[in-house]
Amino acid sequence: MPTSASTLPAVPMPARLTLRAHWQDRLAQGLLLASCVALALFLLAPLAMILIKSVQDKDGVFVGLQQFREYLATPALKESIWNTLWVSTSVTLIVVPLAFVYAYALTRSCMRGKGALRVIALTPILAPSLLSAISFIQWFGTQGLLKFMLGGASIYGPIGIIMSAVYATFPHALMIVLTALLLSDGRLYEVAESLRTPTWRKFFTITLPGAKYGLVSAAMVVFSYTVSDFGIPKVIGGNFNILAIDIFKQVIGQQNFNKGAVVGLILLLPVLLAFIVDWSMQGRLHAQFSARAVPYVPKRSPWFDTSMFAYCCIVSLLLLLVLGMAIYTSFIKLWPYDKSFSLRHYTYGLIDAGVISSFFNSLEMALYVALFGTIFIFGVAYLLEKTRGMPLAKSALRLLAAMPMAVPGMVLGLGYILFFNHPDNPLNGMYHTMTILVLATIVHYYTSSHLTAVTALKALDNEFEAVSASLKVPFYKTFFRVTVPVCLPAILDIGRYLFVNAMVTISAVVFLYSPTTQLAAVAILNMDEAGEVGAAAAMATLIVVSSTLVCVAYALLTRFLLTRTQQWRVAHAS
Amino acid sequence: MKVALGLRSLTVLSMAMLLMAGNAVAQKTDLNVYTALETDQLKAYTEGFNKAHPNIELKWTRDSTGVITSKLLAEKANPVADLVVGVSASSLAVFANEGMLQPYAPKGLDKISKQYRDPANPPMWVGMDVYGAAICFNTVEAAKLKLPKPQTWQDLTKPIYKGRIVMPNPASSGTGYLDVSGWIQMWGDAKAWKFMDGLHENIAQYTHSGSKPCKQAGAGEFPIGVSFEYRAVTTKKSGAPIDIIFPTEGLGWDLEASGIMKTTKKLEAARTLMDWLATKDAMELYAKNFAVVAMPGIAKPLDFVPADYEKRLAKIDFAWSAKNRDKILAEWTKRFDSKSEKK
Repeated sequence: MPTSASTLPAVPMPARLTLRAHWQDRLAQGLLLASCVALALFLLAPLAMILIKSVQDKDGVFVGLQQFREYLATPALKESIWNTLWVSTSVTLIVVPLAFVYAYALTRSCMRGKGALRVIALTPILAPSLLSAISFIQWFGTQGLLKFMLGGASIYGPIGIIMSAVYATFPHALMIVLTALLLSDGRLYEVAESLRTPTWRKFFTITLPGAKYGLVSAAMVVFSYTVSDFGIPKVIGGNFNILAIDIFKQVIGQQNFNKGAVVGLILLLPVLLAFIVDWSMQGRLHAQFSARAVPYVPKRSPWFDTSMFAYCCIVSLLLLLVLGMAIYTSFIKLWPYDKSFSLRHYTYGLIDAGVISSFFNSLEMALYVALFGTIFIFGVAYLLEKTRGMPLAKSALRLLAAMPMAVPGMVLGLGYILFFNHPDNPLNGMYHTMTILVLATIVHYYTSSHLTAVTALKALDNEFEAVSASLKVPFYKTFFRVTVPVCLPAILDIGRYLFVNAMVTISAVVFLYSPTTQLAAVAILNMDEAGEVGAAAAMATLIVVSSTLVCVAYALLTRFLLTRTQQWRVAHAS
Repeated sequence: MKVALGLRSLTVLSMAMLLMAGNAVAQKTDLNVYTALETDQLKAYTEGFNKAHPNIELKWTRDSTGVITSKLLAEKANPVADLVVGVSASSLAVFANEGMLQPYAPKGLDKISKQYRDPANPPMWVGMDVYGAAICFNTVEAAKLKLPKPQTWQDLTKPIYKGRIVMPNPASSGTGYLDVSGWIQMWGDAKAWKFMDGLHENIAQYTHSGSKPCKQAGAGEFPIGVSFEYRAVTTKKSGAPIDIIFPTEGLGWDLEASGIMKTTKKLEAARTLMDWLATKDAMELYAKNFAVVAMPGIAKPLDFVPADYEKRLAKIDFAWSAKNRDKILAEWTKRFDSKSEKK
């Protein structure tokens, strides 16, 4: 049962308490329903508007499965499906262990520089994805400095896609896995220690089971992201056919929304799989972090700390090399023929009117996305995990929350046009406003944020709620006094994740911006398309720098918050 | 969150109303114009237009041809745009077929070449300038690889160029389709497909953007890129070591063209812009970027473009290209897209 985790508190709930807490349950259920409606409105309805086209012809006449039959008859389809599967599986198998060890080092070692290493791990989402593609080509392409490493193979194809996708999905996976490792009960390790349990055994019997939900979620996110993203294969995929490219060919190349919708539906299949896995795991999960839990505090261990530090440095270095090449491109005259230093791209980029104002638009949008997105996403995750009743609504919400990662931004963007610009939609005043950009972006990055929040909440024992209920404390008080403070690191992570993604997102918003809400990432894409690779790199560098500054300011601001709210961690540990 | 967002849309709404009120005082009309023109062109054209018509403010929504076309089609139920300016004639033909445009004969239409406007009277769309196929040839890389400079399309099928050529995929790029339909209309089915079979043997990559082959040639990724004239000239001007080749057999081409949306509520202003776009002043601005413009006698020789460029343009029937697109793409995909990548 999908909701059994929330209805199986450690202490059985006396029946009369349930009755007394009735009005609070009603409130929680009302909020839950409201969230369902919100997601239905801003995710399901727009998607339905475009996916319905898969059973229509160009004139909107119902044709049953004809579009599917035609598409399935495409000669290269079998190959596309096979390519999509093996590439996405490889990316998942590489990224999840990579991110797990990185997260393990950040949470279980006493190495230095954790703050910096955490921010460096964000670099793949600090710059528009276009930039990393340029960078990979300049490292490994025909003129690439490291071309010899590929041993004669071409970067244009599966190798390029896998490398770029690993780079792009690393931060998404890391955020989820990190949350899973952060909330574990230190007492388990203490007991294991006193029983002289060997380290490897602690790892397999405590650490891994505790992080299971996070690991599976991360794998699902990485897999669906790689399946549905067309930005990477479009630039670096060469002639390698995968499903996401099909959707680009149909929708942008041929304006055939009907066939595009067919591919869009097929891309949703991994979500169904993710949902089933999530569903089957629900009942068997036990919260690690009970009300009496003590957070794990790593002990110094020179050998372990050093090796973990070395590992993180290597990964960070690789991540920085990608970004570094892009920054280098912004300071030279012309790759690869005139590598002399020049600030021309910055002056050109800055003089180009509109770029500055679009930068401020991006900043404004990113702030709204981070603020409203975090509140909504964490709130919904809380209602799902910690309140009672409404199993159907909860299942629906879980399914909705898993969907966005598998929906190509382009499909979401077009769906938003079809739905919100429809003359009969009372909400059509929202079209062409900042609000719609904010909403589309929150929805687009919903899944990883949601799974991070759920992972954090799952680690918390439901005992907290049970105890509060027996003390007649309303659930929202527990929420603000216990849940939010304990989950604050995860909440802050979600906010930062949403912010940096919103600064560089393109695929959905490219269809939704208006002349007054131009965005910086779109301006960068246009510069690249116009052949101004250097200027594009320069503007992207400015975004990276400003996002980094925001991250640092954010870190300083939140450190105060964390030291106040996380004191219990230290207090217990001493 | 919902309350906050509601408030936010309210503020946006009230701000929009304030803005509208402000505009009414200044007697300005805003026109929403969708375009695929380059940003620096937009700047020049806007300044030129506002010199003549300071009371109309142009609000541009700019993106690549594919994105703008998809966006306009998706907005079909409730169009935002008043006009479409500087989008390919093939896309405008699609909009006309969908009943999204209204016919209008701008002042001075008689001065526009017949082949560069919609043949209907009054026309649904009027051309601005022509962009045709061109080959970007990287001289530095070619010298390293000892590749001779190709002069014709047929040259590209020679075995020496194996794995050295990139061209746009016609299924994802309008420029790619312009090449393919150009070859077919020039040579007829049999010869064109035989040529493409030969060309395919030498293709390293079919890209998903029409500009990219030339950019790749410019960056030395692949020595030969099949692209279009404007991108070739800008790439060369940026300093890339390329020669631009205009094959002598003939060139596929398309127009940048404009039309008024049927649903516009600002018809008068929209017509004013259409009129201006067909003036000599406007044509002179296009001529700075394009070797062939819709009004004869305006274009001046451009750097890197041969004087007889216009004569090299193939005879193209846009209606035929549009009608046969699905069929041609299906055949193309069957022949070339299903073959797995060979190293």
